[in-house]
Amino acid sequence: MPVREGGGSYPGDGVKRMADVNLTVDGKKLTAPAGTLLIEACKSVGIEVPSFCYYPGLSLQGACRMCVVKIEKMPKLQTACTTVVTEGMVVATDNDEVRQARKAMVELLLGNHPLDCPVCDAGGECELQDMTFSYGASESKFMEAKNHREEQQWSPVVYFDRPRCILCYRCVRVCGEGMDVWALGVQNRGVSSIIAPNQDDHLECEECGMCIDICPVGALTSGAYRYKTRPWEMNHVGTVCTHCGDGCKTTLGVRRCDTGMEIVRGDNRDKSGINNDFLCIKGRYAFDFAHSEERIMQPLIRKSGKLMPSTWEEAFELIGKRFAEVRDKDGGLAIGVVGSTRTTNEENYLLSKFARVVLKTNNVDHHRTADFPALAAALHSKPGQTASMRDVLTAPAILLIGNDPTNQHPLLAWQIRTNVRLRRAKLYVINSAPIKLQKQAAGFGLLPAGAEAKAVAFLGGDDSQLDSLVSDGTTREAWTALRDKIRAEQNLVIAFGSELRAQDIQTLVSVSSSLSGAKLICLGDYANSRGAADMGLYPDLLPGYQPVSEGGRFQQDWGALPAEKGLSLPEMVDAAKAGKLKALYVVGSNPIGRLGIDPFTFSKSLVVVQDMFLTETATIADVVLPAANSYEKSGTFTNTCGDLQLVKKAGEVTGTKPDFEMIVRIADAMGFDVRSLVPFGGGTHADMGQTRGAQSGEADRHAVWLEAHNLEPKMTPFDPMAILDEIQRVVAGYDVSRTNLLAGADQHIEIAHCGVGASHKPELIVPANDDLFSSGTLGRYSHTLNSVYENKPAESEIAAD
Amino acid sequence: MKFSQEFEQRFADMLTHYPTKRSALVPTLLYAQDEAGALTDEVIVELAQRLDLTELEVRNVISYYSMLTTKPRGKYNVQVCTNIACMLRGGEELLNHCQKKLGIGHKGTTQDGLFSLEEVECIGACSWAPAVQVNYDFHENLTVDKMDQVLDEYKKKGTM
Amino acid sequence: MASLVSHPDEVRVISKRFGQGATDIDRYLQLDGYKAVQKALSMQPDAIINEVKNSGLRGRGGAGFSTGMKWSFVPKQSAKPKYVLCNGDESEPGTCKDRLIFEHDPHSVIEGVMIAAIAVQSHTGYIYIRGEYRYLSVIMQKAIKDAYAKGFLGKNIFGSGYDLDIYWHGGAGAYEVGEESALMESLEGKRGVPRIRPPFPAVVGLWGGPTVINNAETLAAVPHIILGGAEWYAGLGTPKNGGTRLFCLSGNLNKPGVYELPMGYNLKKMIYEVGGGIPNGRGLKAVVPGGSSTPVLLPEEIDIPMDFDSVGKAGSMLGSGGVVVLDDTTCIVNFALRTIKFYQHESCGWCIPCREGTDWLKKTLTRFHAGAGLKKDIDNIYYLSENMLGKTFCPLGDAAAMPTMAFVKKFRKEFEDHLDGKPCPFEKAADRIPAMA
Ligand SMILES: Cc1cc2nc3c(=O)[nH]c(=O)nc-3n(C[C@H](O)[C@H](O)[C@H](O)COP(=O)(O)O)c2cc1C
Ligand code: SF4
Ligand code: SF4
Ligand code: SF4
Ligand code: SF4
Ligand code: FES
Ligand code: FES
Repeated sequence: MPVREGGGSYPGDGVKRMADVNLTVDGKKLTAPAGTLLIEACKSVGIEVPSFCYYPGLSLQGACRMCVVKIEKMPKLQTACTTVVTEGMVVATDNDEVRQARKAMVELLLGNHPLDCPVCDAGGECELQDMTFSYGASESKFMEAKNHREEQQWSPVVYFDRPRCILCYRCVRVCGEGMDVWALGVQNRGVSSIIAPNQDDHLECEECGMCIDICPVGALTSGAYRYKTRPWEMNHVGTVCTHCGDGCKTTLGVRRCDTGMEIVRGDNRDKSGINNDFLCIKGRYAFDFAHSEERIMQPLIRKSGKLMPSTWEEAFELIGKRFAEVRDKDGGLAIGVVGSTRTTNEENYLLSKFARVVLKTNNVDHHRTADFPALAAALHSKPGQTASMRDVLTAPAILLIGNDPTNQHPLLAWQIRTNVRLRRAKLYVINSAPIKLQKQAAGFGLLPAGAEAKAVAFLGGDDSQLDSLVSDGTTREAWTALRDKIRAEQNLVIAFGSELRAQDIQTLVSVSSSLSGAKLICLGDYANSRGAADMGLYPDLLPGYQPVSEGGRFQQDWGALPAEKGLSLPEMVDAAKAGKLKALYVVGSNPIGRLGIDPFTFSKSLVVVQDMFLTETATIADVVLPAANSYEKSGTFTNTCGDLQLVKKAGEVTGTKPDFEMIVRIADAMGFDVRSLVPFGGGTHADMGQTRGAQSGEADRHAVWLEAHNLEPKMTPFDPMAILDEIQRVVAGYDVSRTNLLAGADQHIEIAHCGVGASHKPELIVPANDDLFSSGTLGRYSHTLNSVYENKPAESEIAAD
Repeated sequence: MKFSQEFEQRFADMLTHYPTKRSALVPTLLYAQDEAGALTDEVIVELAQRLDLTELEVRNVISYYSMLTTKPRGKYNVQVCTNIACMLRGGEELLNHCQKKLGIGHKGTTQDGLFSLEEVECIGACSWAPAVQVNYDFHENLTVDKMDQVLDEYKKKGTM
Repeated sequence: MASLVSHPDEVRVISKRFGQGATDIDRYLQLDGYKAVQKALSMQPDAIINEVKNSGLRGRGGAGFSTGMKWSFVPKQSAKPKYVLCNGDESEPGTCKDRLIFEHDPHSVIEGVMIAAIAVQSHTGYIYIRGEYRYLSVIMQKAIKDAYAKGFLGKNIFGSGYDLDIYWHGGAGAYEVGEESALMESLEGKRGVPRIRPPFPAVVGLWGGPTVINNAETLAAVPHIILGGAEWYAGLGTPKNGGTRLFCLSGNLNKPGVYELPMGYNLKKMIYEVGGGIPNGRGLKAVVPGGSSTPVLLPEEIDIPMDFDSVGKAGSMLGSGGVVVLDDTTCIVNFALRTIKFYQHESCGWCIPCREGTDWLKKTLTRFHAGAGLKKDIDNIYYLSENMLGKTFCPLGDAAAMPTMAFVKKFRKEFEDHLDGKPCPFEKAADRIPAMA
């Protein structure tokens, strides 16, 4: 049994899986696999043994002594969190002796605990409060002065209040074992013991806030949330994080404010979703971009060279008129559409459809960060070869080619670390840089920059590549040994970054197909990068990777479609320069800022931008429409693995609209019958019950407009669920269980069931290169991310030390 | 950070005694402190680096052990045991006497930096109580008068 | 340097070389040194373990566990290296015996570690000495070096083909590190926080390998057992309590000192005859029989044999051999306070009942002794201790609770005498400075 820092071991360590054992707990007979901890065995039959220091998945401590139980034939009470079940064990979890012991433990804790629950952030969701209540412990037994210490700020997001700390060491373990950051320690001893940050009086860490989240009391608190509100004054909405492609489920705490609904907290304490309780700094804190002062809250129209506020009506009318003019005069070819990697599947689908059906153009693209079409092509009709985010947690082995998940895919990195730690999964890393996950790796191949594709060919048996793989870090022999190890693995999950594109992916798929049970994950950068690809934001592909030349099913559903493939983003830029692109419609994207396009390129085109902020692209627009973000709308996201999840409306900022509605309104302003764009009203099987709650805010605000158009308020053309029906019907691979989806369960999309995909030029992929503290446009407007950023010691300072 | 030849020799030897580097930490800290006067930031950085530890890990360990300190003490650290066996034979009075004589309290240091004083737990001299350790030297079966003599001798030695 | 004493009732086994210059390896050899280990090398490991079992040797660190039995728990086959760890952290108040062994007979400890290693087929041993004992560390480091120089340690010891390394290791001030699992943590360069048991050290110990941990005195007795035989050693003591042990007599005695007496020696005799009785014509108030962790005995409870079982029957423990004698001028409340101050200071802080419990006991007793006590405090002190007992992560919590409960139970009246703002009835400090030469 490996021994942890300071004693103890991981649950189930070194215990051979043997036959089940039978035991009796509180008179109930139960059976549990040998090696199960008593506390877990109890839980399995609904008997909750109280605990402070025990936390599933983290090393055992036996420190708080709250979980004591009486086991027959044992003279002393035993801790259920460190006791392994044995055959014939007879346990009492709640007799007088046990209750008295727990009561005394709480009394002792309260002896030094400030009773400031009314102002404590944890008040109302504090485990110590709960225990005090359960065991009727009074604090009056002790009359000595309490040990006092001032509260400390350790970082922009982490505050520590020592007197409230009960020393359960959860924070220390989650930071070390879970995050592999090891930024927290225990110092001094006895009653002077204290949790200490790694830089004496402050923290230098990943600022994930896991420590705060896991703290059972209010000792660690969040700079973002402190003293803002009380838990019972918030509404809690479970949705999906909008910052990276991993798709963490997050529960947003929201409350009313002047401008709508403000998000004040993000966590996943209920451990629902693919991420258990994990969130990185962005998921946990960077929702605050939504309340940035720079948010646009009114449509803007360029008048005499300046963007001036206007009404929605004026804006939609203008756009509708101009788009129709261009389309009718110059044809759909003169219009470009740039979609978003952060809008919902429904919006992306709608935009894809709108472009083809209303604007009559295939000039559709988005900021591509991974080559999903190549994956679709390589896996076409070969199902069962992609992994979900959950698979990463249980796979016996993982191969990571390229990318730096610690920075770019924090959840993926967490899953990998957790799997390696708790299940002894083998991790193999092939990278051109020594990334942090190397620490967990059973094998590491250091590549010369850009040689990822060669490594894949080598894995496939092409030994001629060997010379170009060898580096100071990895010799020929080491590469061969690494390949042997990888080839011997069963049920390997292979995650690869955007270093692999086009033909490389084909090669990789043939390698993985030769390994028994191997599954792939293609890593794209933004929250709905995968959804943008799946929903056909490509000039040559319709939703479901269906080539535009084979529009078949879509022609039936959508009507006549342009058959020629359209312009990619760089081609649109060329067309604009040549004066052939008369209009550009940009939805939730910032191509000028992100892709380094000359801002003057579009000076002669009509540019319409839907965004939250005056981005580089919005600044050159003729019309800017203030958009809601994904925390302010409903729909679905598909994460980079292909896990489809429900997005729910949590926040609200008055003066903004979801992109979905704006697209519909533009279509309407162009004189298009919105009923054929969004199949709302009778005849669909949309779930009205579930969607109404989340959508009611929008419905209210638009009741007037709806009535003017003689529409059913209950089932509106702005209801993304209506189009989800259509997606499920027509987009291959998306016909997953609606019930499970609405129940909050993630549904894995099988890309193999999609269309034939396509082979694109590798240079169309432009990785976002975000790290833990940035997430493109959103990150720039997050106060928290910025303050953390500013707080980091500058590189030069470190060097000068 | 410069340590003595003897320190370096012992350190190098010690590293060969254990399967993990960090095992050498606790005794090394004490020897380093003896040479540097205290476990200063500089010493911590140096030892952390030598033993492949983070500074945090080193600080966690330092703060646990009562002999280790990050702040310099006097040249002669007078450690008076007041635990039970010594207490029964006047340990507390001895401590009071030292406080008065040196004009400092528990964990205090005289202005000239010559003495610091500490009330300590049992030092393993119970049968020869009351006992005091000055740095590593034991002084046993003490009385107030004998204590005075002991302190005077150190004073002489220290100001020579 | 600690002074030596003697008494005719002493039976000198462990202390037989004290004052004989045995720190010098050649002198040690003249005095039968390193004969036992050579004999052990010619024995089957199991035979060594049996010999130790039959000798009735029980752990001198405090718990009194059968040493031979402990060794027999070490698995014969182990993928990881096995270790022997000598516990020389000696910090239990009232205890100062290992110090004498290190000072006068360091090679006997080395030899004991060697025999233990051979018995469990380990090839590495460590001798951990508390940081305060610097001069003893110097002695021990030299002794080990001398043993290497003679080829007694290292590769192929005594030409037997057996490889054995023994190293010194030092502490830096922590009582809790004497607890076996915290000791291993400390040796591994960590904070002295105990480990979860099971697994026990004999199965999973240092760096995950099976580890035998014994007190220095226990190990020093082993060579004598191997040379003299189990029967001889067992015969020195009482049934199931073989041999002799070093008793550290301290407190209000005319002749305090460390005496080697047979197991089962009468406590009363130990105090009045060996220890020379109580000075200044004062009466006996109480005896702490085995270090500060053991419950106090009243004068009428001390006519007992000093072996593990008899002292246990009397409601206390033989513990570490530290016999602390309190005369009738001692304030029990103050004594209880000083005892709990120690545990509060030394609690590692890992678990709630000990960390918080010792602190609150200290605070309450401080206030109580200062005259601000309330009647309910007396019950609270007992309640607190009772609720710590048996519920802590390691035995330090028990060590704090047990004596406290005994003080309250046996001296409730004296606690009550401190109530209502009454000054401590014993507050005549100057009186207590002994008239010593
Ligand atoms: C708090 C605490 C402190 C201890 N201190 C010591 C000590 O200083 N020396 C020692 O030999 N044993 C000490 N022990 C006992 C050890 O845990 C262990 O039982 C002993 O070293 C085993 O050796 P033995 O079987 O030879 O007695 C202590 C135990 C506890 C709980
Ligand atoms: S915020 Fe995250 S990285 Fe920083 S100390 Fe807490 S758990 Fe560790
Ligand atoms: S800060 Fe919170 S999580 Fe960390 S030890 Fe204290 S109570 Fe536990
Ligand atoms: S890992 Fe990605 S999805 Fe999860 S919280 Fe962080 S940014 Fe959001
Ligand atoms: S009882 Fe608990 S707090 Fe006390 S020393 Fe043992 S582990 Fe540490
Ligand atoms: S939960 Fe078992 S000791 Fe803390
Ligand atoms: S009590 Fe003072 S040395 Fe032991």
